[in-house]
Amino acid sequence: MRAIQYAAPSTVEDAVAILAEHGSDARMLAGGTDLIVQVREDARDTGVFVDAKKIPELMELSVNADGSTTLGAAVPCHQLYNDAHFTATYPAVTDAARIIGSTGIQGRASVGGNLCNSGPAGDTIPPLIVHSAVCNIAGPDGERTVAVEDFCTAPGRNVLADGELLVSLTLPKPPAGSGSHYLRFIPRNEMDIAVVGAGAWLQLDGDTITAARTGLGAVAPTPLFVQAAGDALVGMTADEDAFAVAADIARDAATPIDDMRGTIAHRKQLSYVLTQRALRGAKARAQGGSPTNGH
Amino acid sequence: MATEILSGKVHVQTTINGEQVDFLAEPRESLLEVLRDHLGLTGAKEGCNNGNCGACNVVMDGALVNSCCVLSVEAAGASIETIEGVASPEGLHPLQQSFLENAALQCGVCTPGFIVAAKALLEENPNPTEYEVRWWLAGNLCRCTGYDKIVRAVLDAAERMRAEA
Repeated sequence: MRAIQYAAPSTVEDAVAILAEHGSDARMLAGGTDLIVQVREDARDTGVFVDAKKIPELMELSVNADGSTTLGAAVPCHQLYNDAHFTATYPAVTDAARIIGSTGIQGRASVGGNLCNSGPAGDTIPPLIVHSAVCNIAGPDGERTVAVEDFCTAPGRNVLADGELLVSLTLPKPPAGSGSHYLRFIPRNEMDIAVVGAGAWLQLDGDTITAARTGLGAVAPTPLFVQAAGDALVGMTADEDAFAVAADIARDAATPIDDMRGTIAHRKQLSYVLTQRALRGAKARAQGGSPTNGH
Repeated sequence: MATEILSGKVHVQTTINGEQVDFLAEPRESLLEVLRDHLGLTGAKEGCNNGNCGACNVVMDGALVNSCCVLSVEAAGASIETIEGVASPEGLHPLQQSFLENAALQCGVCTPGFIVAAKALLEENPNPTEYEVRWWLAGNLCRCTGYDKIVRAVLDAAERMRAEA
């Protein structure tokens, strides 16, 4: 690896000062499972690594007075699926945390890092979208918030300006009678990057859908919030006919490319099938059960 | 006080297998490079050097990690367990014994990573199913055994450890 500098600030303010001074040469280091490898393989030229893990706000995982959850940007995946409250409250997020890389990757890799890496196939991003997460950003001009579906702007790019960092995500408390699910298609059982990923969140009143959100990964330059699919479901009975309507909308919303992982036609079809399955899983969880179609 | 930006040789204090260890390393060096090249702990292996193969697995502050994807300087203040700390003066760990008896290794390059990872699994889940063993070890690649004997060895060790517990 090229020579680098390393700083481990203990406050957001210090991190912002270092990022602002070094501009695009500096980058936050959370789990390092993307960043260290990218710099080692000359895929990214970062000269100053700013360790996120000594800053309390970036390592926070706590429930707020209003029932929402603050998820620090550097909290590792394994901490999420070992947290019973988080897993029960935001199951689509832990669905993703369990399937990113391997156990050894999940020991370090964070949801915030996955988001800031801003890959179109980032597994945690559709789950954050369906859970209406909000990004808490700090920078030289103070703090601002951005809806997670607006965070990524292109493959590997996002709204963070030089000097800014993602501090945490705020996940609203899901209402009673709601559930979520995320799953992806890969050609093997584990340790792979999504050909397509789909997340869904549903709120039910009896059998009637009162609110819904769906998201897709790996079918566009950024992870997608498929708002029209969720909107179409509101007022419908949560059954296969309704899920087919939403899945059709998801297929139409997908604008994938052909690459080594899949073709356009395959990814369009997967957008349909996985949205359908994610909705079934979300419904099962909303009714107190579990998804039956795996990960 | 502004945070110091470290470069060149950095003095790092850490704990490895229960002993306090000091080393000098550049920030660009990985924990794996420090273990192998500076400290003579060559049990952890460099397979892929990008987080795919698990041959460099160690436990850092209670979490299984790929030491090739940890910077040397991140070890400051951490507690690290490597394959060298698995056996005791009294003898091999049940996992090591089970790997031998079940012929769960051939060339042996992946073995330290498998044992460190499997030990972390059994500490969290003393009675895993075969599926849980395979899922947990998905990030450990072996090009010799075809995995079956490794999975059997882990299940066998789990049974022995439960019997002894």
